Amino acid sequence: MVENSIILGSESVKKRDEDSDDVYYSPFWGIEKGAVLQEARCFNDSQLDARRCQQVITKLLYLCNQGDTFTKTEATEVFFSVTKLFQSKDSNLRRMVYLIIKEVCPSSDEVIIVTSSLMKDMNSKVDLYRSNAIRVLCSITDAGLLGQIERYLKQAVVDKNSVVSSAALVSGLHLLKINADIVRRWSNEIQEAINSSHPMVQFHALSLLHQIRQSDRLAVSKLVTQLTKSNIRSPLAQCSIIRYVSQVISQTVPSDNAPRPFFDFLEGCLRNKSEMVIFEAARAIINLKEVTSRELQPAVSVLQLFLSSSKPVLRFGAVRAINQIALKNPLSVTNCNLDMENLISDQNRSIATLAITTLLKTGNESSIERLMKQISVFVSDIQDEFKIVVVQAIQTLCLKFPHKHRTLVNFLSNILREEGGFAFKKAIVDSIFCIIKNIPDAKDPGLTHLSEFIEDCEFTYLSSQILHLLGSEGPQTTDPSKYIRYIYNRVVLENAAIRASAISALSKFGAECPLLRSRVLTLLYRCLHDSDDEVRDRATLYVQNLEKLSLHEVDNSNSHKVTDFALQDLESSLYSYISGCTVSPYSISNVRSASQKSKTEHGISKILSKAGHDSSFSEDVSSSFEQSNLLSNPLFSVYGSVFKVCSSNSRISPLNYFMFQSSKPISLTEAETEYKVNLSNIKFISTHVLSQVTCIVHLFQSHVVFEFKCTNTIEEQVLEDISVSMEMIEGVDFLAENSTISLDRMPLGDEGSTFVIFDRKEGVFEQAKFSCILRFTSKEIDPATGEPEEEGYDDEYTLEDVDLKLTDYLRPTNISNFKKAWDSLSEECECSSDYDIGKREGLQQAVEMVINIIGCQPCEGTEAVPPNSRSHSTLLSGVCIGESQVLIRTNFGLDELNNVTMKITARSERLDISELVHAIISNS
Amino acid sequence: MESISSCTSIKNVLLLDSEGKRVAVKYYDCDMESTVQQLAFERSLYQKTIRSSARNDPEVVMFDGNIVVYKFISDVHFYVTAEDHENELILLSVLQGFFESVSLLLRGLVEKRSVLENLDLVLLVLDELVDGGVILETDSGVIANRVSMRGADSETPLTEQSFAQAIASAREQISRNLLR
Repeated sequence: MVENSIILGSESVKKRDEDSDDVYYSPFWGIEKGAVLQEARCFNDSQLDARRCQQVITKLLYLCNQGDTFTKTEATEVFFSVTKLFQSKDSNLRRMVYLIIKEVCPSSDEVIIVTSSLMKDMNSKVDLYRSNAIRVLCSITDAGLLGQIERYLKQAVVDKNSVVSSAALVSGLHLLKINADIVRRWSNEIQEAINSSHPMVQFHALSLLHQIRQSDRLAVSKLVTQLTKSNIRSPLAQCSIIRYVSQVISQTVPSDNAPRPFFDFLEGCLRNKSEMVIFEAARAIINLKEVTSRELQPAVSVLQLFLSSSKPVLRFGAVRAINQIALKNPLSVTNCNLDMENLISDQNRSIATLAITTLLKTGNESSIERLMKQISVFVSDIQDEFKIVVVQAIQTLCLKFPHKHRTLVNFLSNILREEGGFAFKKAIVDSIFCIIKNIPDAKDPGLTHLSEFIEDCEFTYLSSQILHLLGSEGPQTTDPSKYIRYIYNRVVLENAAIRASAISALSKFGAECPLLRSRVLTLLYRCLHDSDDEVRDRATLYVQNLEKLSLHEVDNSNSHKVTDFALQDLESSLYSYISGCTVSPYSISNVRSASQKSKTEHGISKILSKAGHDSSFSEDVSSSFEQSNLLSNPLFSVYGSVFKVCSSNSRISPLNYFMFQSSKPISLTEAETEYKVNLSNIKFISTHVLSQVTCIVHLFQSHVVFEFKCTNTIEEQVLEDISVSMEMIEGVDFLAENSTISLDRMPLGDEGSTFVIFDRKEGVFEQAKFSCILRFTSKEIDPATGEPEEEGYDDEYTLEDVDLKLTDYLRPTNISNFKKAWDSLSEECECSSDYDIGKREGLQQAVEMVINIIGCQPCEGTEAVPPNSRSHSTLLSGVCIGESQVLIRTNFGLDELNNVTMKITARSERLDISELVHAIISNS
Repeated sequence: MESISSCTSIKNVLLLDSEGKRVAVKYYDCDMESTVQQLAFERSLYQKTIRSSARNDPEVVMFDGNIVVYKFISDVHFYVTAEDHENELILLSVLQGFFESVSLLLRGLVEKRSVLENLDLVLLVLDELVDGGVILETDSGVIANRVSMRGADSETPLTEQSFAQAIASAREQISRNLLR
């Protein structure tokens, strides 16, 4: 103890010493603006003390630098007294005067005071006076004064001393913003300056010339052509040229076979002796549009050399560039993997993180385990923000290689248990959520890891999220009972918010697993006397619901309704209830359940689309679901869940006095997506648009429902009793009309639906075409009363034919292990044949076209064709109506004349389904 | 890379002490004009870089859409910042020009105390290094000469110096080189 105190004592003494050192040595200790302004009076002395004036100016500049500001009068005062210092012949003082004039930046009416002094310096014999006077004058000048000094500036551009020339050129760069015309007149001089022997002058002249011509594309292109052949040695100037070149390249439309313009120049720059130029050229090549792997090769090799440089900045730049390549062309940088693995242990954590995320992008399946081992060492000693980047990269990797989910999810759950802030934990939990949603096999282990995590989770938000997920996903797992313990523990141990979430989750197990219901009820009874209102309310509600369920044993589809509703629907129905008449009790039966809704919505998440897949399919379906009124009609619930929703086009033919206008089929999706929804709007036009009809096809296990959504857009008319009569005009007899639901009244400005329902023979896959006639009663509105007239007249219009297509029977699904699934289907139900597609631009185009036609989900990233390959195989997976799996292997080949041939092999549980795939192909 | 400016544009050049307080700074970025923003930037930059060792080779860090190269010498920290699509090596050359010319002018004694005592020289280095975001000069020898107004005294250019003056200047240069 004694020793300790002595050490402490001596330390504090030392500390005080240091403090007093500081006080003694810092020339700005206790500096105060008022005092310094007082001191500045020495500028007015008749006998100037140059050294002292310099010190005072430094103090003033110090104050500016620390963020102190001068008031207007203070600034004026300082400025006026500073101008007196031009009398002094001391060059160092003069240099400080230049600096402070720029800093104080006098107002335009004060500038005139120094102009003459500065003009005199501009004509001085001393180069440094000239250059500085130019810079000061240009930085404080206005457009009027510029005319007076222009002649000098023009001359200065070609001054033999680099400092003067640079000063004029850089000032020119700034002046462009004030008066571009004057600077443009110097073009000849600037051109001459480009050929100067001094590197900085070259650089500045080049920048200025480019800036002047920037808006003129042709001039830039000409300049670039001239520059690439000139002999400019300054590295900075060469970097600029590379930038201009890549700008020109990006603006030229690439032609198919011709080599990219200027590529030779860029490649030549890779052999420059300055690293700066090499690196700039490599970056330019990487950023070329649609760069091929052959073009990338030389750039990758120089970057690979940089990876093992001793300079951290160089290593960082190289790994950052390689990371960028890996986003689009992971195959091109696999050669660098070994070098990058060394960088994982780099001192600079930015470099290490970039190296890891790059490796995660380029790594192949076999290297994942090794990589994970290295990362787990590294991850513990970096900051959270880097960890989040790593977690996101792992998530993408996992979606790319679903087989490896075990290793990767294990890794994620390990780091989940380590120390970390909220953002980091949330990133991990989000990633696990995403993996669970997209990889069915990962669901069980993922949920187990998450439920272990909430045992010891300090973040209420995350616990609630996880409990919600357990509630929605847990009941469908093989062994739901094991999660109940985890969830109930939360009820016992946590705060109110988490307890409430836990109770909701428990109740879902009770609702969906009849076997567990009594046990869940027992647990819920215990919560009825919770201290928190919300928890108690939830417990009471769920106990009620579950008791009712166990009494009636209602079938499974209704039990969904007990626990969850689509929130948007619930909100809007409640809202309309409150705004309308509230006499009758509110009925919840019109609100559709969320699980029904979400089944189609959660397809592939956005992350997958980043990894190169396309998520727009799920978005389309959910959007057409949103538009559909089918689900709000309870009648259809007996048909079971919807297999697939397809939009079909229907169009109304012109009739007597109605003018006709129809828009072309609007592709709701981007051209490259696998599944296209065509939807055309049909508009009657008299003087305005009268009504609008869209058709949506809903496929059920044994029914087909055509929904016609109608909107009345004219106020002077009421359309009532709307129905559509459909007649099959093409196709074999496999549908029998069941019933029609007519729409009482076509709402104004909103959509109402009428339905035509067909019974479908199960196991028959046929296409059909229907003619459709819209029948309705039309009533005019009496403009005097605003009421519709009593008597209406019946009317009908022929709509465009509606198709039921073969592809409507297939729905894309994602599977994790194609090979395993393929082998599990018997060879007997295999069907294969060859097709000749004809001339295509490349395999990628052919692959996209076939995916478009079949409308199934490409698996394991096989929809991306490596550049320049002559053959490719794409794996597709889907589900046929009746929930039977369909797997398709397509092999593409390309001959010298760009003719594409393909072989399609389909397997499924039944031979006729495999044949369906071929029917789809041969039909299109 | 969308908006390729005509030449590299520097956002700021900073000289902070070992506690992250500013010694001499210069901002060229019009998005960061208020002192509050500047101080916040300096603070977060300091916190991000303090744990790394940039004593031997200059280091680099990326944050908030900026790329920053930096170097620590004794108890002063040098930083150069630009947009994150910039070429790191160009920034490095600016940073090198910065600390090398400060080191030249302070005769190798780069520490907070001497920097403050010669703050005028450091401010002039900043002025000669970058002008309104445009790189003006990166050669430390050239910058040091321009800062000390070599050849400007008595209105006679270098070539017209008297023999004695030339000797004196040469002697000074030699002794400086020896000291370094």
